[in-house]
Amino acid sequence: MSTPPTPSPGRFGQFGGRYVPEALIPALEELDEARQKAMLDPEFLDELDALHRTYTGRPSIITEVPRFAAHAGGARVILKREDLNHTGSHKINNVLAQCLLTKRMGKRRVIAETGAGQHGVATATAAALMGLECTVYMGKVDTERQALNVARMRILGAEVVAVEHGSATLKDAINEALRDWVTNVGHTHYVLGTVTGPHPFPEMVRDFHKIIGEEARQQVLDLTGRLPDAVVACVGGGSNAMGIFHRFVEDEGVRLVGVEAGGEGIEGDRHAARFATAEPGVLHGAMSYLMQDDEGQTLETHSISAGLDYPSVGPEHSFLRDTGRAEYRYATDEQAMEAFRLLCRTEGIIPALESSHALAGAIEVGRELGPDALILVNLSGRGDKDMHTAARWFGLVEDDGQSTPTSAAVETGGAECVSAVEPEGGVQA
Amino acid sequence: MTQSRGVGEVLAACRAEGRAALVGYLPVGYPDVPSSLRAMETLCDNGIDIVEVGMPYSDPLMDGAVIQRAATQALEGGVRVDDVFRATAAIRAKGVPPLVMSYWNLVLRRGVARYAADLAAAGGAGLITPDLVPEEAQDWIDASAAEGLDRVFLVAPSSTSERLAVVTGATRGFVYAASTMGVTGARTSVGDAAADLVARTREHTDLPVCVGLGVSTREQAAEIATYADGVIVGSALVACLEDPDVDAGLERLAALTRELAAGVREGRR
Repeated sequence: MSTPPTPSPGRFGQFGGRYVPEALIPALEELDEARQKAMLDPEFLDELDALHRTYTGRPSIITEVPRFAAHAGGARVILKREDLNHTGSHKINNVLAQCLLTKRMGKRRVIAETGAGQHGVATATAAALMGLECTVYMGKVDTERQALNVARMRILGAEVVAVEHGSATLKDAINEALRDWVTNVGHTHYVLGTVTGPHPFPEMVRDFHKIIGEEARQQVLDLTGRLPDAVVACVGGGSNAMGIFHRFVEDEGVRLVGVEAGGEGIEGDRHAARFATAEPGVLHGAMSYLMQDDEGQTLETHSISAGLDYPSVGPEHSFLRDTGRAEYRYATDEQAMEAFRLLCRTEGIIPALESSHALAGAIEVGRELGPDALILVNLSGRGDKDMHTAARWFGLVEDDGQSTPTSAAVETGGAECVSAVEPEGGVQA
Repeated sequence: MTQSRGVGEVLAACRAEGRAALVGYLPVGYPDVPSSLRAMETLCDNGIDIVEVGMPYSDPLMDGAVIQRAATQALEGGVRVDDVFRATAAIRAKGVPPLVMSYWNLVLRRGVARYAADLAAAGGAGLITPDLVPEEAQDWIDASAAEGLDRVFLVAPSSTSERLAVVTGATRGFVYAASTMGVTGARTSVGDAAADLVARTREHTDLPVCVGLGVSTREQAAEIATYADGVIVGSALVACLEDPDVDAGLERLAALTRELAAGVREGRR
């Protein structure tokens, strides 16, 4: 044998790497080179900046939420409003940049995977804007719970493919997108939607989202004169969390808190709390914490939020966790829904169910830190897409989701709901 | 290492006969574990030169519909990694070298050194790793060297000259050339990319080069045998076992194997 191969780039400690078919390696190398050049190219950066300002609506604002904060131990709570971005979530930051890169690489088609639909809608949007063909893979289970987003993508001109095999959720959509990419890599770029996958995706997607933390850090300093005590974000794949965490990693006094999906509780198997139960493994091209059985087969996961229903997590999160720089908790479906309702009723903001997990985490962190604390929460998306799920959860519609609200249900969901989040509950450490 | 364990000896013998080798893939556990072992023995009895034992995996991103369906059924039927070693022992008992094809996390989870030792103890010739490239494979390179196992890495039409050098440098046994960009599954034409890839690969290595992905007929086998050292067939063999009558499926499998074995002999160089 000749000299030993040099290990792949893109490691965060033992995590990350490139565990993919050989056919994709040249495309990953091409992408890595293209994005490194682009990040040093004023023309690319100016074009992206203009899109952020004139299309996405950046900088996104911050909003202090005192009525909500009263339920979080009285700490000051500030939301970074990524929900106000065009298409309703942080996802557009990454997608605009990757679609610009697609054009620079001379490719004409993009594909994407989506769970909750936020990334799929963002990709379909950017593809329409830039004249790219677009195919979005989505687990069949998710197409059913996010039917409105499926319609949205189709209206934007994307083809939406419902993936029926496996658990028919996000991980299977990623498998299918990778299959498409292996087959069509010559003219197609895979717009991976989160900070996982083979190098350079975890690093690249983080860099396209780090604008969240850069803006938020300055905005909080301008508003309060100091850094927050804690930055809280939900973690599925982990892109919104890496986006807001990144600028604070060097600020040692700032706690970084990621909140995973505790689903129906971590005692059983209906959850996606990777850091609470999982061990390192390889899925979708990267080494990271992975929910797997004793043989290495991927376990099925559950969350009320399609966007958090994923068995692995971005490798940089695994690194931050193992080095102790970030801490990870989980919120159950019930805790997330209570936080969802609380923000709606106290502040007039309907959050995405993903972001509701971060809000549930903030409630607990606030109760731990007390009234002198300052907590920054990444409100990564808006809840319009989740209305069907929320309406069913709170009994505002019949189970088929078609019926008009019953008066009893409306009354039950009335003002007294705020007290429903008062009990200790909170998020498990 | 015992020389008889590896696939090199078989490929050299085929080369001496002036023909390509026939390599057949079947997943263990499909349609059930005992039947899958019978199916692999059927390959051995009907002219196969090397058997690939596929280990079903929950996320087989390199596989097309036929193999994925089989893998799903096998997993639902409770197939375990230990069954791979039962299969390799059964194939070795037939005098045919067995290579395991496994997605990497299943090896990682068991422990790379332990997996290699178990595979060697069960008569395995080595491992094909569809989602492991040499840069990530140092543990496997060390463990396979320690146990005298072959390690088959893949090259693809997209592989650059630099990549071909890296991959062939780390490979032992044979180089697996993916005939087309894409996943497993029978295709009507294998296309020109495969011949070009084999030629480009040979610029970097003297190792045998076997071609897979998309091969399903005697004619395709004969065509590939004119330029490759081996012809790898998977989905077309697996599809034979979709017959609800296991014995009928095995008969179809035997017939197709004989056809393909004739095909690699028709492509004599």
